[in-house]
Amino acid sequence: MAQRQTIEANGSVILEAQQVTHLYQGRGEQRRGGHAPVVLEAISLQIRSGELVALLGPSGSGKSTLLRILAGLIRPTQGAVYVHGQPLQGPTPSCAMVFQSFALFPWLTVLQNVELGLEALGLPRLQRLKRALAIIDKIGLDGFEEAYPKELSGGMRQRVGFARALVVEPELLLLDEPFSALDVLTAANLRRELLQLWYQASIPTRAMLLVTHNIDEAVSMADRLLILGADPGHIRAEIRGLPRGRREPHSPAYLQLVDLIYRLMTSPDEDGAALLEEEPALVRRGQRRPSRPYQMLPHVAPADIIGLLELVQARGSRADLAELGRELQLELDELLPLVDAAALLQLARPEAGDLVLTEVGQQLAEADLQKEKQLFRQQALARVALLCRIAEDLAAAPEQRMDKERYLERLREHFSEGEAEAQLQTLIEWGRYAEIFTYQEEAGIFALETDAEREDLAAEAAGGTREQ
Amino acid sequence: MARMLHSLPQQRRGPSESGGHRWLWLRDLILGGGFLLLLCALLVLAASRWAAPLTPLVALSLSPLALPLYAGYSLLRMLLAYGLALLFTLLYGHVAATNRQAERVLIPLLDLLQSIPILSFLPAVVLALVVAFPHSNIGLELASILLIFTSQAWNMTFSFYHSVLTLPRDLIDVCRLLRLRPWQRFLKLELAASVIGLVWNSMMSWAGGWFFLMASEQFSLGERSFRLPGLGSYLQLAADRGDAQALALGLLTLVGMIVLLDVCLWRPLVAWVERFKVEEQAETAPPRSLVLDLLRGSPTVRWLWKHLGQPLGEGLAWLLNRLQPQPEDRSACLSAVEQARRDQLLHWTRRGVGVLFLGLLVLLALWIGWQGGLLLMQVPPVTWGRLVLAAGATWLRTLSALAIGTLWTVPVGVAIGLSPRWSRRLQPLVQIVASIPATALFPALLALLVALPGSLSLAAILLMLLGTQWYVLFNVIAGAMAIPRDLLEAAALFGVTGWRRWRTLILPALFPFLVTGLLTASGGAWNASIVSELVQFHGQTLHTFGLGAEIAAAAGAGNYPVLLAGTLLMAAVVVLFNRLVWRRLYQLAERRYRLA
Repeated sequence: MAQRQTIEANGSVILEAQQVTHLYQGRGEQRRGGHAPVVLEAISLQIRSGELVALLGPSGSGKSTLLRILAGLIRPTQGAVYVHGQPLQGPTPSCAMVFQSFALFPWLTVLQNVELGLEALGLPRLQRLKRALAIIDKIGLDGFEEAYPKELSGGMRQRVGFARALVVEPELLLLDEPFSALDVLTAANLRRELLQLWYQASIPTRAMLLVTHNIDEAVSMADRLLILGADPGHIRAEIRGLPRGRREPHSPAYLQLVDLIYRLMTSPDEDGAALLEEEPALVRRGQRRPSRPYQMLPHVAPADIIGLLELVQARGSRADLAELGRELQLELDELLPLVDAAALLQLARPEAGDLVLTEVGQQLAEADLQKEKQLFRQQALARVALLCRIAEDLAAAPEQRMDKERYLERLREHFSEGEAEAQLQTLIEWGRYAEIFTYQEEAGIFALETDAEREDLAAEAAGGTREQ
Repeated sequence: MARMLHSLPQQRRGPSESGGHRWLWLRDLILGGGFLLLLCALLVLAASRWAAPLTPLVALSLSPLALPLYAGYSLLRMLLAYGLALLFTLLYGHVAATNRQAERVLIPLLDLLQSIPILSFLPAVVLALVVAFPHSNIGLELASILLIFTSQAWNMTFSFYHSVLTLPRDLIDVCRLLRLRPWQRFLKLELAASVIGLVWNSMMSWAGGWFFLMASEQFSLGERSFRLPGLGSYLQLAADRGDAQALALGLLTLVGMIVLLDVCLWRPLVAWVERFKVEEQAETAPPRSLVLDLLRGSPTVRWLWKHLGQPLGEGLAWLLNRLQPQPEDRSACLSAVEQARRDQLLHWTRRGVGVLFLGLLVLLALWIGWQGGLLLMQVPPVTWGRLVLAAGATWLRTLSALAIGTLWTVPVGVAIGLSPRWSRRLQPLVQIVASIPATALFPALLALLVALPGSLSLAAILLMLLGTQWYVLFNVIAGAMAIPRDLLEAAALFGVTGWRRWRTLILPALFPFLVTGLLTASGGAWNASIVSELVQFHGQTLHTFGLGAEIAAAAGAGNYPVLLAGTLLMAAVVVLFNRLVWRRLYQLAERRYRLA
């Protein structure tokens, strides 16, 4: 550990991103004309030798895209990435990456998968074998050399992913949510072993960049944390991590940092800035951004929102988000959208790291199913502009039917193709739940389920039973 | 093959090894040596035939003793054609899947090529190659091989293209991050990910090749007739002369060869490619092959791999690495500015070459269009009218064949698929029966059917049926096996039986599979029309009214304008029908009836 600390003291910059901006370039996106959605905006960051940096952000903040730009897989639309001061042209041998999905070749054995990293170097076979076996031994995979990935458990598979990345002895290790596909125990075990290798300097890696959804993971591992905001992705704050010796969970400093991050991430940019005013851990603050001009629905199911409300209600209509997340084992990308949705519908509001139910939220949490639906409908119509719009259109339309294309077109003006579709899907789900409309998937048509029709149906059903 | 052997040393089978090691060596020596000897003999004989002066109409002997040699000739042609098809598949599929501009041209073109019947390639292929080699049989043999190629290549190419197109993005990223060279990426990612589909499609392609074997070994073109020595021409001659014994022997040889290939080539391959499954979990009962186990357990193969295969592979890798150096090896000493300038240059060169290539392609297309247009101008309107009517007749025939096929395969397939016991017993049998090319059976059937009224018109339907029903049957079996147990049990619990069970559960669950099978069968039926609507039998030519007969007659008479018109019409009908009917049904099936 002493060795690492000294390196950290005079850490030189390994990788640097300057004003990286990236626009979404989908298939056929240019043809349609108009403006391409911005994924990342003016991102600048440095990775120094000796440090482990965590990149935290809600979904839609372009974390994965950023990581792929830093790896040289994607060329940013504007700005540049430098490795040791040299502009990055494409993937370089000094960076390696570990994937959330493991990304192992199912037709290669563990040994062959690890050796794959060395193929490109054109080494002779024996040398390849020697290096691969050495890293397999170090990472705790010996005995599994001849196994195929499908024979391994998730944790073992990710070890192969680490071995393949480390075998090329990269200076910088990029970790794309490497533990999020593993169960809690396996993830903890693998995390600890990785940190051990890293602290003892038994791998030649000089820096790591960890993308994660898990705040506890970030706080317990990182020397520095970058908090991203969404739409488009931008850096909201850069926070100093805890010193290595003081990262026991439940210690006051640890809990304080976790709480700070939750508060930061559940508050809009303006409030977040105020929050950071006298924060000693703050290293750098990103620019403030105006809030999004167009409403964006979080992709969550109404039943999940209500489930969360009921849970918070059971704790006296106020709950600590960090605790809630830990207890439900929900990571940021699962918890934040729920909180956002509840806030959007004015059923709850985040307040200093807590989630507090509004009056309607409390009513909803205690209501029965029909009342639940009615309250949800009321809030949805009041708060979701497009739902309200559809309801109005349907009421005015002669046959009380509307084509989805009309709304999709509007959404496409503000979102990428895929996101517009996703927005529509969420809209449909909420609208169906709230019984604002019915939707016929194959025809792509919204329709009003009129009372008259319902009565007809009921009459028919009654007639049917009588005949039998 | 090298990659296949690569895995052998690691898979040791314990018991047989320690015991009679010497016996194993002896067995390998006898089997391997015998195989090599046969192969050499066949190659020498074939080479001498290829180099011999051109004999368009070879005299065939119907003696049983001549059969092994003829079978060998046919097998060699099939192998060469398949090799060509594989090469074509890898090249064409790779370019189509990785180059977006090329994709826009190549994929519709492939769709078109797929719907052109084999005989329509005949004049171009034969004339060009016979003219190119006027003094030896090479041209003629190559022509025959190319004809077989046209019945094998397209489905394999589509399969490869789709596999490469749907590669997981993470694996592509890994290849780029690890900076694998293009050949490494091709071998380790693209080929590996598509190999399962390729093997299954190869088996289908071989079936297609056997189906058109007779048409590609004996054909006439205007005044000139051509016959090559082979099993196909042997069967044709036996049918022509009405020699029942020779016909039976020929058929037996054909079936024997197909079964042998299945046991020695396809089963081992199917068992071996199991490892390329992307599935997360290990399968419970993976397919096995005796021959593969034999190869895996063989000390000789292991020795050969270690002392020959591995060094060869290393050498090849070394060579390929030199041919495709990493960017920084090439330009380590260049400054960033120089590097950027070079990149720019490379970019523009690529662009230029692309534009040039596209220009040439457009010119070629224009020229072909012009020439084709001139040819088509010669077709009088009356003939066009007749061709359209003929297309209608053939269309009705294909529909009847599909309808009959569906009617019997659905109940039988469901019965087999829903009973694990029967599916285990019957599937190998069905596979062997299905692999017998219907064209070879056709002469024997004709002898029975020729006396009936509307003889060939009905017989043509029967032949189409024989050739295509298997696609439907296999898909129905697969579909029935894929119906979840839960749903079957739920249906039983709620008392859903009889016709209701069919309507609410089995037919909807089967629908996607049925559409897939019918789609393939429909293409096959159209293709089969050219060999079933016009046949040589007992020294006379029988034909019925249909587009297949028109095309076959035009090819035989060297009437190129009508041949082109008929071919275009058939391609248009097939492509149109696929787009308008099958694709929509397929989308419907995907959307509503696919069991997740």
